[in-house]
Amino acid sequence: MTTPLVEVENAQLHYKVGSAVSAMFGLPSVVKAVDGINFRLNKGESVGLLGESGCGKTSVGRLLVRLEEVTGGSARFDGAEIADLKGAELRRFRSRSQMIFQNPFDAVNPRYSIKKTMAEPLGNAGIAKLEWHDRIIKALELVRLAEPEQYLDRFPHQLSGGQLQRVVMARALILEPDFVVADEPVSMLDVSVRAGVLNVFRDVRDKLGLTAIYISHDLALVRYVCERTIVMYLGRIMEDGPTENIVRDPLHPYTQALVAAVPTPNADQSHEPLPIGRGAPDPRNPPSGCVFRDRCPKAFARCAVDVPLPQKIRNRDVACHLFDEAM
Amino acid sequence: MKTSSFQSWAGNMNEPLLSVKDLSIAYQVPGLDVVAVSRAFFDVPKGAIVGLVGESGCGKTTMARAFTRIIADNAKITEGSMLFDGQDLAKLSEKAMNDLRWRDIAFVPQSAMNSLDPVYRVEYQLNEVLRGRGGLSRAQARKRAVELFELVGIEANRLRDFPHQFSGGMRQRVAIALALALNPKLIVADEPVTALDVIVQRQILDQMRDLQRDLGISIIIVTHDISVVAYICDRTVVMYAGEVVEDCDTKTLLSAPLHPYTMGLKNAFPDIASAGSGMLTPISGAPPDLARPPSGCRFAARCPFATDHCRAVSPTLRQFAAGHSVACHRADEAVVLRGKAENPATWGEMA
Repeated sequence: MTTPLVEVENAQLHYKVGSAVSAMFGLPSVVKAVDGINFRLNKGESVGLLGESGCGKTSVGRLLVRLEEVTGGSARFDGAEIADLKGAELRRFRSRSQMIFQNPFDAVNPRYSIKKTMAEPLGNAGIAKLEWHDRIIKALELVRLAEPEQYLDRFPHQLSGGQLQRVVMARALILEPDFVVADEPVSMLDVSVRAGVLNVFRDVRDKLGLTAIYISHDLALVRYVCERTIVMYLGRIMEDGPTENIVRDPLHPYTQALVAAVPTPNADQSHEPLPIGRGAPDPRNPPSGCVFRDRCPKAFARCAVDVPLPQKIRNRDVACHLFDEAM
Repeated sequence: MKTSSFQSWAGNMNEPLLSVKDLSIAYQVPGLDVVAVSRAFFDVPKGAIVGLVGESGCGKTTMARAFTRIIADNAKITEGSMLFDGQDLAKLSEKAMNDLRWRDIAFVPQSAMNSLDPVYRVEYQLNEVLRGRGGLSRAQARKRAVELFELVGIEANRLRDFPHQFSGGMRQRVAIALALALNPKLIVADEPVTALDVIVQRQILDQMRDLQRDLGISIIIVTHDISVVAYICDRTVVMYAGEVVEDCDTKTLLSAPLHPYTMGLKNAFPDIASAGSGMLTPISGAPPDLARPPSGCRFAARCPFATDHCRAVSPTLRQFAAGHSVACHRADEAVVLRGKAENPATWGEMA
């Protein structure tokens, strides 16, 4: 049996918000960004985290590279509880798990040259200075920046978005991590250069055998890089299964809306209204029972009462009361 | 020259609302002019949604802003005309232009959701337009504000809210409501859905389509995203490095593009309707420096089909078929080139 690299069990990330005054007026004082989710990632597996803004997908990513710590439940990396790591173990974890951020221009220091940007993690990890140059060049070559030497003394503003996002990717890879979380890495880029960055991401992942999480709201992008997809809504997992099945035959009503909303470059496409209610999910005030019920076109009485638990439907886990009878 | 060989296809359509002819806009920096828009031609038919597509820096935003003449201090319209309802926007006095803004042409700026003033209630900001510019009375303005919110699908009781109380998608709706305030004939929206989630994006686009149908207005949508154009635009104008390279109805543009750049743009976009996850093909390289544009075709350096002729002589925008113009020397071979363009190997290994 393969041991999972990442194990998330009933993980919660609750933020305290508001003040004593707002609490007096009965406003909720906790935002449940992540509210009891479960999944495992095997070594070398890539999974897409799919959902709208505020669904908690980025929070999950941040938990797994320890930019946040769980407030309940457990998130383990290679068997060790991430939040409990200390000292040398934590430093080792920091070089084994990396995050690639959404906006490359926000992810680097504008006053650092590319060389300095790339050298920072090497210094932090205590790599001998003699090796730096070679490792930097190797990492830049890995993300297919041609003639990497020419970039070393340049500054971020002298690079295009696509080039800089590759530098950010190279920086994440320079310590040869096992696990990478990519948070909407192409959403700030022009469509014409997205493809290049996505191709590099796929190639590098396969070449290095990385375990990866790809965070996005666009199923077409997730499908391009991940064979498995986890759909989140307001801090909970709605559906979890092979991407291809989710694209062809989404089971959860929320997944159905997400699939219908995916933009395509074809002139002949459905202009039917989306099967989802208007309005944005409000993480401060989630509905009772199923968190999706107030926008769900198929909601019925039970949805307001019981929280749906994930159940095995064909090759997927789906958390929806519509499938209760099927059990 | 470009003008001589260009035949306007406007004749076989209804009178256009906006007709851009030979338009050039330059940013004047000490020592040189950077020509951001170079001899652009296209029409916006009445009651149509027209997409302006291209990469960052292709001049699409500069051109869109020129329609309201809200351009940077050092930008200058150096040539050409923009005929709007019989008047040339390039030549109108500042006062006459100011009278047109909001009333006839409204602009929704990029990241409109951040363009609302955070310290004023949304109703106050609507009133600035309705009363300050439209001259409505307090009661009329109130009535219109409620109407506008209904039009864009927000409950009227939220008029008294501040911008931060709205989600990103709702702020975008408010920005569209503002643009609609004085019943303009033309709305220019710069990247109206770029920062939004797919679901909200779709809902905003549906809203814009409904408004265009119900009110009969024309809309120009500036975007880098070919799927936005595919979903909502009747016609599409493709820009590259400051020039219009292709202009036709969206359906034809997507099914039978003539310009290699348009073919490349489509290849670079993931299509969920396609079987399996085929390779996406980026267009390698970067657009040329507009301060020193190359002498031949500006796309030649990235074009897999470029010939010596392409590198030497700049192609002119010409009418290829009724309502379909293109600036490419090899447009006649488009059927063959399209077949080749579908093969990723054509575009080289990697950007």
